[in-house]
Order: sequence, then structure tokens, then C-alpha cells
Amino acid sequence: MIEMQGVQKSFGPKVVLRSVDLTVPRGESMVIIGGSGTGKSVLLKCILGLIQPDGGLISLDGQDVRTAPRDAFLARFGMLFQGGALFDSLPVWQNVAFRLLRGSLKRPQEEARAIAIAKLRRVGLGPDVADLFPAELSGGMQKRVGLARAIAAEPGIIFFDEPTTGLDPIMAGVINDLIREIVVEMGATAMTITHDMTSVRAIADRVAMLHDGRVQWTGTIAEMDETPDPYVQQFIHGRAEGPIAALR
Amino acid sequence: MIARALAALGRPALGTLAALGRGGIFAGSALSHLLRPPFYAREFWLSCIQIGWLSLPVVGLTALFTGAALALQIYAGSARFSAESVVPSITAIGMVRELGPVLGGLMVAARVASSIAAEIGTMKVTEQIDALVTLSTHPMKYLTVPRMLAATLCVPVLVGIGDVIGIMGGWMVGTGRLGFNSATYMKNTWEYLEFWDVGSGLVKGAAFGFIVALTGCYYGMNSGRGAQGVGRATKSAVVAASIAILAANYLLTEVFFAA
Ligand SMILES: Nc1ncnc2c1ncn2[C@@H]1O[C@H](COP(=O)(O)OP(=O)(O)OP(=O)(O)O)[C@@H](O)[C@H]1O
Ligand SMILES: [Mg+2]
Repeated sequence: MIEMQGVQKSFGPKVVLRSVDLTVPRGESMVIIGGSGTGKSVLLKCILGLIQPDGGLISLDGQDVRTAPRDAFLARFGMLFQGGALFDSLPVWQNVAFRLLRGSLKRPQEEARAIAIAKLRRVGLGPDVADLFPAELSGGMQKRVGLARAIAAEPGIIFFDEPTTGLDPIMAGVINDLIREIVVEMGATAMTITHDMTSVRAIADRVAMLHDGRVQWTGTIAEMDETPDPYVQQFIHGRAEGPIAALR
Repeated sequence: MIARALAALGRPALGTLAALGRGGIFAGSALSHLLRPPFYAREFWLSCIQIGWLSLPVVGLTALFTGAALALQIYAGSARFSAESVVPSITAIGMVRELGPVLGGLMVAARVASSIAAEIGTMKVTEQIDALVTLSTHPMKYLTVPRMLAATLCVPVLVGIGDVIGIMGGWMVGTGRLGFNSATYMKNTWEYLEFWDVGSGLVKGAAFGFIVALTGCYYGMNSGRGAQGVGRATKSAVVAASIAILAANYLLTEVFFAA
């Protein structure tokens, strides 16, 4: 279970997270929505300790993430970055199998490669891409390789930062199903950032909407359709008019 | 007026001290990671190829031309005292003690500090460093330690090869243009060259290699955002590495001179 209480983060004078309170129970799929630039990516990075929050408390299974043993803590996570963040000096399969080629999860090279190819297949990529370099792939393909890397070591907690952005609708459907499967079959806890309402409906157990540095609203999909909250209504229907300013 | 002038002097001085302090902390952290496992052998070998093997042509050509020009200059100077016979030994000593390591180090700074800073800086701005962390790999261990180790070990080798090539350059000019007998030239070179002449140059090379990798990694890791940030990091790395090499060269020479 991931718990956040009063998490704050500013960059210079710019306040990004004012006070975020959010709880993600174990084995649940939480989707975070919210306007561009509201700090969704920053929030995930705060949990992982890639960005130090200015205030507030973040805990994993009751333990403060700042005091948790770093290696054991990170070993539980997988993360798909918004930009893919593939290592461009390594071929695709070594990117996917990165964790399996070194450190505590190290295994023989052939085995790691076989796992990488199996994971690539799950994100809709054939074995022929395994030996290409990231720069030789399209944006959507890079995204899917990033996804394969995030799930390769079968972590218990997975963060997906916009997993379907830049994918065609069919491939987006494949990825949505995959994320759902990982949560249901592997019992993983997932936090997904997405702007794609189809994805939200396909992936989410619960939805949290970030606005103005706070969790503006949180609830299930059914509750999301029912809620009178004008912020949520404007967002899910994509209206230009409403309480959320278009200029931010 | 005076206060403002002092402030204008003090600010860059403080900035330099702060940068030295941060560089020192960075170096200390890298060294502490060097002593703790895991060690990434593959990264180390790739760095050796990048830093050592691929710098060989640049360093070799630099040494060749420098040795040749040095022989001519020393001839021009020594002829005034009718002491032309010192050309081989002074050329060799000048090459192995000073110009080999310094010019080799500067060429490596231009080639390697820039490429390390640009590579690591790009990794930083494209979140690859963050990705490394989430994959339970410490960027300091995976990126910095192999490069620093490779540079510290490879640059002395480059300097040693450069020494030989530089002396060859002097020999080519000496025998081809200044009328020295080939055997005499070689004999004069070896006779007066002491072990520590070469040894001190190699120690300098190791120090310069360390400096080059340290500045490249430091500026890369602290790169600003975007292409502009990487560009600035690259430029700063080359400038800082070059100045640091020249300063370290003076300090080391002072130490060897006193010893
Ligand atoms: N390292 C940083 N330094 C300075 N500002 C930053 C940094 N990282 C993020 N920001 C700022 O924080 C704000 C939130 O960024 P973030 O990437 O979290 O947005 P987001 O909600 O993920 O948006 P999007 O949906 O467009 O990805 C932005 O205004 C951004 O400029
Ligand atoms: Mg984002």
C-alpha cells in the first residue's frame, strides 16, 4: 500500500504539488488524470525518490520511503517513463532485460534474452526488434519497449507514465489489456497516468484527479461518471469551458 | 568603489572555490563507490576502448608533430652555444616530462571530457539516469566509476606511447634535417634519459586522465535541461578539464622538482 500525506513540491517559485493526499491499496490499479503540467509525473518521481519532495510523508506498506533500504525498495518497482528513457547505447533486448543482466536478479544471458523476447511479444513487438537500437524504433515502439522493460522483472508495483500516448487505437487496446492483466493475474499494484479516457475506463479500479497541486477528486469509474464535480466533468468530456483554465 | 571592485574579484573566486568543493565531493563519492561492489566490468572495457584505444591517433599525431617541432627549437637554441649535441636528450626530456603528458592530456580533454559530458548529460535530460535508478543501478557506479578508472589507467599508457612517438618525431627531424647520425641520436637520447623523467610523465598522465573523466562525469551529471543544458555542460567540461590539467601540471611539476 502506498500512502501519501500532504506531499509538497515546488521548483523555485513555481508550486507544483501543494498538498497531495492519496492512498493506493495493494493490488489495486489507480489511474491519475489531470491537466498537462499539473505535476502527475513529478508525483510518481517523488514516490520513487527521483525527486525529493519539499514536505509531506510518503510511505510504502507503512514504512517511510526516505528511511527504507534503497535497493530493496527499488527492487519492488517498475517504471515506464513518459519519454521511454531507453538506454540508447544498448540494443532493445538488453534494455528490456537490464535488470536480469546485473545485480541481484542476474541470470544467464540466454535466459535473460528469452525473457526479454517474451516480454516484447506481450507489448506487440516481434523478436526481430530485439537486436535493434532504440534510435531505430518509432516513438510508439520505444514506448512499448519501455513498457516491456518496466514489467520484465515482474515487480510488485508498477508505474506507467502515459503508456498509450503515441500508439494507434488497436495497440493502445493491447496495452490497456496488458496492464489490466498484470494487475489481475500478477496481483501487482499499478499507478497509471493517462489522458486517454478509453484507457482510464479499461485500466482503473480507482481514479484520482490532480488539479492545482491537490487531489481534486477520487473515486471509482462508476462514481466518476456520476459525480457532479465540475472539474471532473470538464476533464472527462474534454470541454474547453469550465473551472479548469485552458491557459496554464 | 573599492568594495565593488573587491566584490567583483571575490565573486568569481568564491564561485571557483565552490566548484572545486563540489568537484571534490563528487570525486570522493566516486572513489567510495569504486571500493564497493558491484563493479561493471563491461562498462569498464567499453570505456577503455573509447578513452584509450580511440584516442591513440589523436595523441600519437600530437606527439609526432610536437617532438619534431621541439627538436627544431632546441637546435635553434643550442646552436647559439655551439651545444647542438644536446638536441636528442633535451628533446626527449622535454617530451616525456612535460609536453607529452600536457599536450596528450589536453587532447584527451578535448576528445573525452566533451564526449563523456555530452553522453551523460543527454542521459540526464532524457531521464535515462532516472531510469537507471529505478532499475536498481547506481549511476555513480555504472557511469562514473568505469570511466574514471579507465581514464586513469589508459591515459598514462597513451602518454607512454606518445613519448615514444614524440622522440621518433625528434629523431626524424634530427636525422633528416639537422644532419644527426641516426645511431648517435638514439644513443644520446637513451644515455641521458632517467627513469624518473618517464615515470613522472606517466604519473602526470594518470592525474590528467582522472581529471578528464571527473570533469566530464561531473558536468554531465549536473547538466541543465534540454539541448542547451547539454551544450553548456559539454563546453564547461572541456574548459574546466583543460584549466585543471594545466594547474595540476604546475603543481605536480613543483612536487617532482622538489623531490
Ligand atoms: N526538474 C524540474 N525542474 C523544474 N521544473 C520542473 C521539473 N520537473 C517538472 N517541472 C515542472 O513541474 C510541472 C509539472 O510537471 P510534470 O511533468 O509533472 O507534469 P505532468 O502533469 O506530468 O504533465 P504532462 O501531462 O504534460 O506530462 C511543470 O510545470 C514542469 O515545468
Ligand atoms: Mg507527465
